[in-house]
Amino acid sequence: MTRPMRSAALRGLVVPVTLIATAEIAGRAAHLDSLTIALPSHIVVALAQALADGSLLQATAETLWAVLAGVALGTAFGLALGLALGLARPLDRLLAVLIELLRPIPTVALIPLVILVAGLGYLTEITIVAFGTMWPVFVISRSAILGVEPRLFEVADALGFSWPQRIQKFVLPSIAPRIFLAFRLAVGFALIIAVTVEITTNPLGLGNAMVVAQNALNPALTLAVLVWIGAIGWLFSRLLIIVERVAFPGMGSAVRS
Amino acid sequence: MIGYNKVSSVLARGAMRPVESPADRPSGGSRADPGADLLEFWRVDVELQGRPILSGIDLSIRKGEIVCVVGPSGSGKTTMLRTLSGFTPPTAGQVLFQGQEIRKPRRDIAIVFQDYGRALLPWRNAAKNVELAMEAANKPRAGRAAEIERLLTLMGLGGHADKYPAQMSGGMQQRLQIARCLAQTPSVILMDEPFGALDAMTRQTLQDEVLKLVAAMQTTVFFVTHDLEEAIYLADRVIALQPNPGRIARIFDVDLPSPRDQISTREHPAFLKLRRQLFDFVKGAEP
Ligand SMILES: Nc1ncnc2c1ncn2[C@@H]1O[C@H](COP(=O)(O)OP(=O)(O)OP(=O)(O)O)[C@@H](O)[C@H]1O
Ligand SMILES: [Mg+2]
Repeated sequence: MTRPMRSAALRGLVVPVTLIATAEIAGRAAHLDSLTIALPSHIVVALAQALADGSLLQATAETLWAVLAGVALGTAFGLALGLALGLARPLDRLLAVLIELLRPIPTVALIPLVILVAGLGYLTEITIVAFGTMWPVFVISRSAILGVEPRLFEVADALGFSWPQRIQKFVLPSIAPRIFLAFRLAVGFALIIAVTVEITTNPLGLGNAMVVAQNALNPALTLAVLVWIGAIGWLFSRLLIIVERVAFPGMGSAVRS
Repeated sequence: MIGYNKVSSVLARGAMRPVESPADRPSGGSRADPGADLLEFWRVDVELQGRPILSGIDLSIRKGEIVCVVGPSGSGKTTMLRTLSGFTPPTAGQVLFQGQEIRKPRRDIAIVFQDYGRALLPWRNAAKNVELAMEAANKPRAGRAAEIERLLTLMGLGGHADKYPAQMSGGMQQRLQIARCLAQTPSVILMDEPFGALDAMTRQTLQDEVLKLVAAMQTTVFFVTHDLEEAIYLADRVIALQPNPGRIARIFDVDLPSPRDQISTREHPAFLKLRRQLFDFVKGAEP
């Protein structure tokens, strides 16, 4: 990190730190004893305890498993569909209507149906995450193919490449940065969808941990899990941005953080 | 993609080939001669979307010759080049390479596109962009590195093998595209206003590179340009096109001493005379 970047990061911390300190001081001054909110220091203690007794880590593993499996499936399906429709115009026209009908279904509206079919558990959660993450990947990969520089296909023609070679050497590398961007968005969605499924019905993971803490009238723990979910989301997005920079150096970072 | 749709239509047209064709003519012995015609337009018409674009083009180009094509915008310069590249098949007549009809793009005819920024693969560095041509030709991996090094050095990109196109200037990118074309070991290089977007200094340097290449490798060059002086400087012959439909209006033989030199050649009386003729001609051709 260079000096200006570090000082910018420090400046970014000023507001949150002030807010937290104010909340702490105000809460203590008012002798806060609430069933709905908690002092920042109590949240930290609750977080440390939940981490120490292993319950939070267990819930984290459950959520992450559903997120990663769902994202992997959703990305695979979305990419396959996007490639097929992007490369084969007739197929695109054939399936366009069906897709436009399916796509606007809000992902969480599937929860009752999927539970009816698959019951409670990982299968349901993974299915719903996969469905929800498939669409952004599909839409972005399809439009990325349509946006491949036509001149590159002439270069491929002039050099006499076969069809499999032009997909491998021209199409895929050309759309890779956008696919990765789609994947990044998909991971963000996946976390939201997974936690939503857990909060509404599924007795698993971090969402469920929050519901349990809430039912136990423990605001400090509820908020601690919330903070933890935020941290995981932030970590994922940072990690993927770093991977993106390393993976696509020549592209001049498609999306800046 | 575009090219592929057209390949099938070329094959379909092959069936309607005229009875008399240059390949059928009794060979007068000239075809086998060294220095014989490498490229030939034979009564070529091109229609695009029902509109005549080129009409009755007859032209023979010898091996090692540099032919420059000039003419007003829309006169069919690019179309003529694309028939040679196999991208745009003629509607009538034939375009021949070594006496064979050009039906689709072939590796021994390389194309340097004007928009170098789009013709390079942005995710590959310079060396890898050159290697692309070798991958297409299935050249053994063993010799590639040395050949890439040689071509990059030849084009003045010796120290830039690891740079990506986005990290290079326009002139460097165009050199890189030429290096990739040379990696095809082509006998013909087609260039469509290759230096049009470059500054005057870079343009002159690259013009000299082209002349050196031709001198060293006997490559045949078909060069489209808007710049009349560039045409005279480079060419053995300058072809002037006339629009609506595009046809050859005049062919100017360029009799200038070689090797050419950016200063003395451009001051040569023959150069100035030709320049005058060409300018007059172009002015006369405009409505
Ligand atoms: N794919 C196409 N379909 C229909 N018409 C075309 C197509 N390509 C070119 N034309 C037409 O053919 C004519 C000649 O075009 P061409 O690009 O060969 O001209 P040019 O001499 O290269 O012009 P410029 O100097 O502007 O590059 C133009 O009138 C153009 O509109
Ligand atoms: Mg043109």
